[in-house]
Amino acid sequence: MNNDKPDNGTTGLDEGRRDFLEKGTTAFAVAGVAAACWPFVASMNPSRDVQAKAVAMVDLGGLAPGKVETVEWQGKPVFVFHRTDEQIADMHSTQTQLDPESDDKRVVKPEYLVVVGICTHLGCIPNRSGPEGWLCPCHGSLYDNSGRVIQGPAPTNLAVPPYRFDGEKKIIIGKV
Amino acid sequence: MRRSLKSWIDARFPLSSFVKNELTDYPTPRNLNYWWNFGFLAGFVLVLQIATGVFLAMHYKPAAAEAFNSVQHIMRDVNYGWLIRYLHSTGASAFFAVIFIHMARTLYYGSYRAPRELMWWSGQVLLIMLMATAFMGYLLPWGQMSYWGAQVITSLFGATPLIGDHIVTWLRGDFSVGDATLTRFFALHYLFPFLIIAVVILHMVALHTVKSSNPSGITLHDKDNIPFHPYFTIKDLYGLGLFLIVFCGCVFFIPEFFIEPENNIPANPLHTPAHIVPEWYFLPFYAILRSIPDKLGGVVAMAMSIIIFALMPFLDRCKVPGGACFRPVFRAMFYFFMADVILLGYIGAQPPNATLTIVGEVATFFYFAIFALLPFTSYWENRMLLQKEKLPVAALTLIREESVIRVDKKGQGAQKGEDTP
Repeated sequence: MNNDKPDNGTTGLDEGRRDFLEKGTTAFAVAGVAAACWPFVASMNPSRDVQAKAVAMVDLGGLAPGKVETVEWQGKPVFVFHRTDEQIADMHSTQTQLDPESDDKRVVKPEYLVVVGICTHLGCIPNRSGPEGWLCPCHGSLYDNSGRVIQGPAPTNLAVPPYRFDGEKKIIIGKV
Repeated sequence: MRRSLKSWIDARFPLSSFVKNELTDYPTPRNLNYWWNFGFLAGFVLVLQIATGVFLAMHYKPAAAEAFNSVQHIMRDVNYGWLIRYLHSTGASAFFAVIFIHMARTLYYGSYRAPRELMWWSGQVLLIMLMATAFMGYLLPWGQMSYWGAQVITSLFGATPLIGDHIVTWLRGDFSVGDATLTRFFALHYLFPFLIIAVVILHMVALHTVKSSNPSGITLHDKDNIPFHPYFTIKDLYGLGLFLIVFCGCVFFIPEFFIEPENNIPANPLHTPAHIVPEWYFLPFYAILRSIPDKLGGVVAMAMSIIIFALMPFLDRCKVPGGACFRPVFRAMFYFFMADVILLGYIGAQPPNATLTIVGEVATFFYFAIFALLPFTSYWENRMLLQKEKLPVAALTLIREESVIRVDKKGQGAQKGEDTP
């Protein structure tokens, strides 16, 4: 500690020591108050029952090729699309301009496309516009069978949620 | 930069002078003991209750069908919900404990006497507001005790002559405690703490006008006052540390001690629990209510048992400073009163039976008898102690010293108004 200002015997006060104790106590108190605030901040994060909704399980057994199933995950629609071989080949060979991304980076297994069904423009839910892809009813954005945007105003492709296969015919959406 | 910001603010708002006059230079008697910490602690608990309450309200649902389950949701699902709820439920008990000690200190040291009557009365208003807030908050978990406690207390208003039944129905918004009652209790339970803050500000303005009393009871001269900061900020914070050890001990190890087991059963309007008891802080008043065999009489007696404290500045006619310090009769009455309140509290917690009813009636009689006797005993003490100079030498010296200084100041044309009595 600070030894260059020794006790001069008149006041019995070691300034350096006082200063150290004062700052140390203040720092300790500030850390304690911050720690006491944490439970209050944490209480505003999703509670356990909300977190339970953060995982969705989808059985793919009844999903025929060419069909889309919409499931709810975290309160959002998720499109699970069983693609035909033709559609897979088609998506594999095409590139998009607005948000270029190759098809195999967007799927775990090429037969199944899993995307969050929320238009990246302003949050509407796109409708299936035939075998070619999705059309957003709000402002006319178009997405292909890989969920990639092919016509604006949407700026980016449909988001791919975190998911994994549990066996051949079951997927678990969400971080587990 | 800092200096210019400070002067910019000071030209528009009295920040520096406020901090100087009310904190760093605020004169505080140097002889304050630890009983003077409890006002600060009450302020701390008020802030804690508001903070935890606001966060609980983010998850609580004030509807008869959902209230009980939403409390379970807080306890089980919400992150740290159990902690926030136990802080709030234990905090209610801590609030009353701190306030009762604060009041007992005021009574013991005679701090309610001139010039601090308005402090005592604003404190009295705060006590009643606190009781109302606690009572309404107790309904919110919608358990059996919540429900039947609210049913009983709202029924008390039925003792009002002629329009009693209408008042009860109006209070409940229903013919028994129901959904409407719960919703309005929630709204008012959220409102009242902010009204309490307003009255606390009045309490503080009055305090900073008359300054703190002290164990000697004598208004001290400047030489015996020290600045509030750092001496009493650090003393208050040390007291807070001790308080938090006890408080956190209760929150983390015995939180259910303050929650009746019966309240873990959802409210059932068709079945009253075998044994209804209020929270511990209402027990003495509840015992007084039960001791009077007449419905209206009981309600009046219970209300009087709280309101009668407001009469203390009139009932105590003794001019001896320092309350019970220098007054043997007053001191004996104080301890007798404390014992009587504890006895009433014990009786309030027991199921009624013949013996306890008689003990309760006697204790209720003494509760009010103490107040009734005070004008006579205090007058007698005044004659015996002050006029015959039978006070301890130290007290007499102090009184003489301080009054000499004050007379001197008067002679010089004192400029400080607050030093003249």
